[in-house]
Amino acid sequence: MKFFPQPIVWSSPRTVTAIVVLALLAMLPIIAAAFDASYYVSLTTRILIYALAAIGLNLILGFGGMVSLGHAMYVLLGAYAVAIPASHGVTSGFTQLAIAISSTALLAAGVGAVSLRTTGIAFIMITLAFAQMLFFGAVSLKDYGGDDGLTVAARSSFGAFDLSNNVTLYYAAFIAVLVALYLSWRAVLSPFGLVLRGSKANARRAIALGHPIFQYQLVAYIASAVVCAVAGVLLANLTLFASPSYGAWTVSGELIVIVILGGLGTVFGPVVGAIILLALEEALPTLIEHVLPDYKSNWMLLLGLFIFVVALVLKHGVFGSLKSRSP
Amino acid sequence: MSALVTKSLVKRFGGVLATDHVSLTVEAHELHAVIGPNGAGKSTLIGQLAGEIVSDEGSVHLLGQDVTRLNTHQRARLGLARTYQITQLAKEFSALDNVLLAVNARAGHKAHNFQFWHNAHDDQDAMQRADAALATVGLTSMRNTLVATMAHGEQRQLEIAMALATEPRLLLLDEPLAGMSQGESAAMIALLKSLKGRYPMLLVEHDMEAVFALADRVSVLVYGRIIATGTPDNIRSNREVRAAYLGEEMP
Ligand SMILES: Nc1ncnc2c1ncn2[C@@H]1O[C@H](COP(=O)(O)OP(=O)(O)OP(=O)(O)O)[C@@H](O)[C@H]1O
Ligand SMILES: [Mg+2]
Repeated sequence: MKFFPQPIVWSSPRTVTAIVVLALLAMLPIIAAAFDASYYVSLTTRILIYALAAIGLNLILGFGGMVSLGHAMYVLLGAYAVAIPASHGVTSGFTQLAIAISSTALLAAGVGAVSLRTTGIAFIMITLAFAQMLFFGAVSLKDYGGDDGLTVAARSSFGAFDLSNNVTLYYAAFIAVLVALYLSWRAVLSPFGLVLRGSKANARRAIALGHPIFQYQLVAYIASAVVCAVAGVLLANLTLFASPSYGAWTVSGELIVIVILGGLGTVFGPVVGAIILLALEEALPTLIEHVLPDYKSNWMLLLGLFIFVVALVLKHGVFGSLKSRSP
Repeated sequence: MSALVTKSLVKRFGGVLATDHVSLTVEAHELHAVIGPNGAGKSTLIGQLAGEIVSDEGSVHLLGQDVTRLNTHQRARLGLARTYQITQLAKEFSALDNVLLAVNARAGHKAHNFQFWHNAHDDQDAMQRADAALATVGLTSMRNTLVATMAHGEQRQLEIAMALATEPRLLLLDEPLAGMSQGESAAMIALLKSLKGRYPMLLVEHDMEAVFALADRVSVLVYGRIIATGTPDNIRSNREVRAAYLGEEMP
């Protein structure tokens, strides 16, 4: 059986970009160690975690045309699936992952079944409403820190190895991203993906042909939520902290921006989008402090301006604007 | 067995009676044309037959089976295929992927596509069926072309290819000649002629010449009501029809 779901066009700008980015990510801890800059390992872990969540969101946003403004709620759920068991002394990563995935699948099945009855603006508002409910649900957990959140005493352990080492955690996130990319690549090109993309391109026609698209959308929605929950598990490990703010609607918005910035409907776009957005969020404040100290607090404005320009100039996002025939 | 039987179908839009107790049949192998002035309710009728528009009253039987309560994708899976007056295609797909989407929903084929691993293009059987549908409408050379970049006439041909790719047992065609140039029209009429007899068809069309050349029977719809049904010759000489079409050319 072929390993790749489609022939690779090695000369295409997209392929080259993806390979270069992945190679740099693979070597980053080594480079950082050489320059004694371990801070960049945790910064890039964070980028990878956001990339992972965005890959999840991209499944429904980029390929299914469903604009969910509530996906941070699954990141929140994943983080609490680490923090709450950990507060009871359960540090097994397997147990935490199982809790994260099963609770997310259940919640997503319910939320999806309700929200997917609607489309467009109504879908955006309903997913947002559910996320807000979960956010305030987390705030009301007084035993688990309420709106302050709770610290995680120890990182998850997976049998023989655990994530307590920063580099181990980095590579865990990196591998999670690779696996998610590979699986979504396969799924997007599969018969399932064809119907999902068809339902985005022309829902009316897809139904008239005989595809019960609601079922496809629901399955994609659940899968995308689960990927976000895994990102939440990793995030709690990185920050050793879980708080309701992980599920804030602004985080859901950030994920949408990442997907769009990278390029809707491309498998690799979310990785590029996450790198650009988080690197800018990191670099802009310092940059402005040096160049225009008086405007230090206005770096968000510059970020907004950048996103605006990308949206205007590159209609298909940064990665999506690179030439290629395949998704 | 008749391919399609409707009994007393009704659809109201607020005060407008868009479909007024329409009863008609499409026999096996028959090409049944529906003509009528703008706003007569032809597209509404097709929508009701396909299940996209929920009827207020009446029943629809497809190949002897009561499908009145089935929804659109269920009717499609039983072999009902439709095309649209205003082209409905997956614009960011290639022509091939459009028909492949249709092939993967074909009547009698397995009920779902919950396969996540293999590339949809690796299904040789489906690909052959898709290519065959493109060849039937003469779009083989456009196989890998993005729909958005195809000419209007080619998109209209792809409409038909998608319906054929579902391997239908009944075709509902809503103005396949709409907006076509003369040359494109001639090619489409030739195509419809070649399909005639192979599929039972309900053809809605404004082009009278085409209708009278193709149809076995013609029904005339005016203000949602069928005022006459008969052979082309019958209809041509029907006084009521002539009155309804006053001002329009009647060949
Ligand atoms: N969704 C709707 N809501 C309200 N009225 C509608 C709707 N759809 C159609 N109508 C009305 O129903 C009547 C029939 O419309 P329909 O589109 O079926 O006509 P048609 O015979 O297909 O016309 P044409 O030849 O222009 O395609 C018209 O009066 C139209 O305005
Ligand atoms: Mg019409």
